[in-house]
Amino acid sequence: MLAELSMHIMDIVQNSISAGASFVRVKIEQREATDTLTIEVEDNGKGMTEEEIKKVQDPFYTTKSYKKVGLGIPLFKQTAEHCDGSFEILSTPGKGTLIRATFKSSHIDLPPMGNLKDTILTLIVGKPEVDFLFEIYKDGVSFILDTREVKKELQDVPINHPEVIKFLEEYIDTNLKAMEVVS
Amino acid sequence: MKLEDLRKIREKAEKELKLREGKARVKIVVGMGTSGIAAGAREVLKAFIDEIEKRNLQDVIVTQSGEKGLSSHEPIAEVWEEGKPVVVYGNLTPDIARRIVAEHIVNGNPVTEYVIEVKEA
Repeated sequence: MLAELSMHIMDIVQNSISAGASFVRVKIEQREATDTLTIEVEDNGKGMTEEEIKKVQDPFYTTKSYKKVGLGIPLFKQTAEHCDGSFEILSTPGKGTLIRATFKSSHIDLPPMGNLKDTILTLIVGKPEVDFLFEIYKDGVSFILDTREVKKELQDVPINHPEVIKFLEEYIDTNLKAMEVVS
Repeated sequence: MKLEDLRKIREKAEKELKLREGKARVKIVVGMGTSGIAAGAREVLKAFIDEIEKRNLQDVIVTQSGEKGLSSHEPIAEVWEEGKPVVVYGNLTPDIARRIVAEHIVNGNPVTEYVIEVKEA
């Protein structure tokens, strides 16, 4: 249903935002030596109980009153497990949630990363009030983007100002291309 | 390219912001639930952002929300303008998003064939 890993990331982060998070950390780590790709999304949202953790992995469960099913987490889990990987949710009510999915990088069914640049940019611009930390590691090379640092430089200028968007797009694109994290 | 380069942008933008002093005139909200993302909501959101950046529309903000409960019409976006009813667009593509910016946001004429609901703010 979601054609790209970067769409899964966007979807899982949306859950964090719905859970009231003011800070979201996204970590993507690719290691050739172990043939693994790990994606983590951690937030300081309202967290979940053990029972809720079980329920959100069930495709027929949702917290939304107007729909019958919640597919985001079950789809992500299914993709990880199908790609000889693993999936876990660690959460503490009142503190936040960490979702970690690991995939076998060389698995033939692993979806492409897709447009990670647009995922990062649309998250930052679409939720300017949330602080994001993106950490991307690929065999010893890294790209870290902390929007708290961006906001510090900008002071009173909003992070979704057109000139800032233009800068961020180029900045993210240049760094991702340098790491060869492309679709 | 470094984050410190943002200082130049900040200095320039601060002057403009002082001149303007106002809050956003228009808010565009794109629904970003699982089905919205699967239907292309990220590309629609990006098209709105691109168009606003390209036209330097400083009084327009683009934001995102969870699902809106109108799954069969996704991707969906709402246009909020002060003192006007909220216009809900459905079945969007990046091209239609760009049209909405040009025709509705800039020229004040909603793109009626993609309006699925008009509601009170």
